[in-house]
Amino acid sequence: MLVFLAKRIGVMFLTALCLTLIVFSLVNLKPNLVKLAKEQTGSRITEQQVEVWLDQNGFNRPFLVRYGEWLGGAVRRDFGHSSRFNAQVAEVLWPRLWLTAKLMFWVMVVMVPGALLIGVLAGMREGSAQDRILSAVAIATTSTPEYVSGVVLTVIFASQMVGLQWFSGSATSAADSGITLTNFALPVLTIAIYGMGYIARMTRASMAEVMTQQYIRTARLKGVGFRMIVLRHALRNALIAPFTVIMLQFPWLLTGVVIVETLFNYRGFGWLLIVAAANNDINLLLACSIVAVVIVLVTQLISDIGYVYLNPRIRVTA
Amino acid sequence: MPLAFLTPWQIVAQTAAQFLPVWIAMVVIIGTSALFGYRLGTYGRIFDSGIGILGFALVLFWLLTAILAPDIALFDPYTQLRALQNKPPGAIDAVTGLPYLFGGDALGRDVFSRVVYGSRTVMAIAPLATLFAYMVGITLGLPAGYFGGWLDTLLSFLANLVLAFPVILLFYLLVTPEIRETAIPGTMAAVLFFFPVLFVTLVFWSRFRERPEVLWYYLGPTLAIGGFAYLGLTGLWDPSGWLTMAPNTLNIFLAVVFITAPTVFRIVRGLTLDIKTRDYVAAAQTRGERPWYIMLWEILPNARGPLIVDFCLRIGYTTILLGTLGFFGLGVSPESPDWGSTINEGRKLLRIYIHPALPPALALMSLVLGLNLLADALREQTMRD
Repeated sequence: MLVFLAKRIGVMFLTALCLTLIVFSLVNLKPNLVKLAKEQTGSRITEQQVEVWLDQNGFNRPFLVRYGEWLGGAVRRDFGHSSRFNAQVAEVLWPRLWLTAKLMFWVMVVMVPGALLIGVLAGMREGSAQDRILSAVAIATTSTPEYVSGVVLTVIFASQMVGLQWFSGSATSAADSGITLTNFALPVLTIAIYGMGYIARMTRASMAEVMTQQYIRTARLKGVGFRMIVLRHALRNALIAPFTVIMLQFPWLLTGVVIVETLFNYRGFGWLLIVAAANNDINLLLACSIVAVVIVLVTQLISDIGYVYLNPRIRVTA
Repeated sequence: MPLAFLTPWQIVAQTAAQFLPVWIAMVVIIGTSALFGYRLGTYGRIFDSGIGILGFALVLFWLLTAILAPDIALFDPYTQLRALQNKPPGAIDAVTGLPYLFGGDALGRDVFSRVVYGSRTVMAIAPLATLFAYMVGITLGLPAGYFGGWLDTLLSFLANLVLAFPVILLFYLLVTPEIRETAIPGTMAAVLFFFPVLFVTLVFWSRFRERPEVLWYYLGPTLAIGGFAYLGLTGLWDPSGWLTMAPNTLNIFLAVVFITAPTVFRIVRGLTLDIKTRDYVAAAQTRGERPWYIMLWEILPNARGPLIVDFCLRIGYTTILLGTLGFFGLGVSPESPDWGSTINEGRKLLRIYIHPALPPALALMSLVLGLNLLADALREQTMRD
């Protein structure tokens, strides 16, 4: 187990290193730097002035030197200066990340129990009408990306034309004055809906498989009630596979977060990423991408370890 | 002069009437297919289940709409009529006497016509990009799974590298106006477009290697067409001008292929690992067949079930990815009627005017739903075999 863990973490660091190198080189492409120079000094400057500016700010030094410098800073959690916010990147980044963490937390609270419930109810009686209806619901939700469900939900619950206006179509106030049902319901639902169907389908498949096992038949034959079979015997074994899937959903949720934060104007991490990319804020964009990459890699690792830990039949030999 | 409006029923009736060519074609295609049923193999058995018919009908609807768009749309998708800006559904244009069935958007363009024309972008890019991603994924996934070893380790590492990239970040880095000034899109095109040619060549070469007369019969046209398409698509040499894609379209296409290919690679690799332990593979090895023959003519055909299902699903994901690009304003062009861009335009005034954003959103959802239902029906069919 320890060797397995060490190997996994080693590969993880290698991946992270490669990814930062790729992002660093893409962000620091010549046209991007020229654009940055023009933004910082006023757009009507000559090519020579651009070169002078790049020289002065150290952008013309060898690529690897600059990458090493940036990496050295990043390891010490010093991500440099953000040109868009005119502040240290760390000061801008961490509060926004915290806001997104809150959003993610509520998404998980809504999505995971909902998805598991749908999956278990559908999978415990495979082929029944209940299964067919719930499976159709699950397929429908996986076909509804955030920008579709966000628009539809806003139209239904927040537009003047339909007139329900139960919830707010903007979550800006959630970031400033605290989360309420009114300003947070739509963003959370929007992300939860798209992810829900996929987890539900995995749970259903896992549950349906468990229900055909010998020990379930044994339990039935000895006269255990259906409810008890599902709760006591089937559920525990059926929930191992969805655990991995839930952890692996994080990278997907990241895209969802970016869409939803744009759509509902919630100024969290996703919003920051878009602002950084749109304003060519190199240091901020690099910091955002390394955070995103680390989140993805850590969740992958947790899902791997959790899978082994939860399922004693799997023994890892390194 | 006050605008004249259609009543809600008239809107529904005229919308249905505009799609008349699509309805006729759908009835003909589904009718004949259902009639011949089982004689059409897997395709015919889609019609066994309600879900399969529904999925197939939705996909067919949008496919036919894309093909017949000029006959369905009432207006040009780019024409702006000032008088009809933000007007609700059913507003009639005083000059032509034709209605804006779904109303006008913020620039006074016909929402209905834009949705109809928008299907063309999706239907052209999504299946083609998925197909390219499949050829890349298969060409790399088969040897990775079959040979294993350092090749597998290296390719799997690269695939995981791309998969660990947050999709949205990759889009922002790869689909920008600045990147077009660099050599990156050209290099990516040169690498990614090489795989389809390589794939088809390998397919024929591994089979007819010892029969040159048959081999050249297949390989000649492949290399001629493939080479021509390769040179055209990568922008190296395109005398006719047919194949050169608009720079942004090319970028989008490449980004989508690049993101999708590693997933396909993982699926193909997994299937290969499973299938290569079968007896017929051992038999082929004993006969002394070459590795590429075994991979392409023994393993690949036997992996087709899961691959066809996944192909269907994957087109749906690609459609969603294209929509995401449009939503962030990275679409084909700001003017373009593709659904993602239209949703992005419409959402800005969503709380006051709902009609510009809702139709493209529902259109995109119905297409992806159709593809997912179709995949589900296909999965049931292949599992029954």
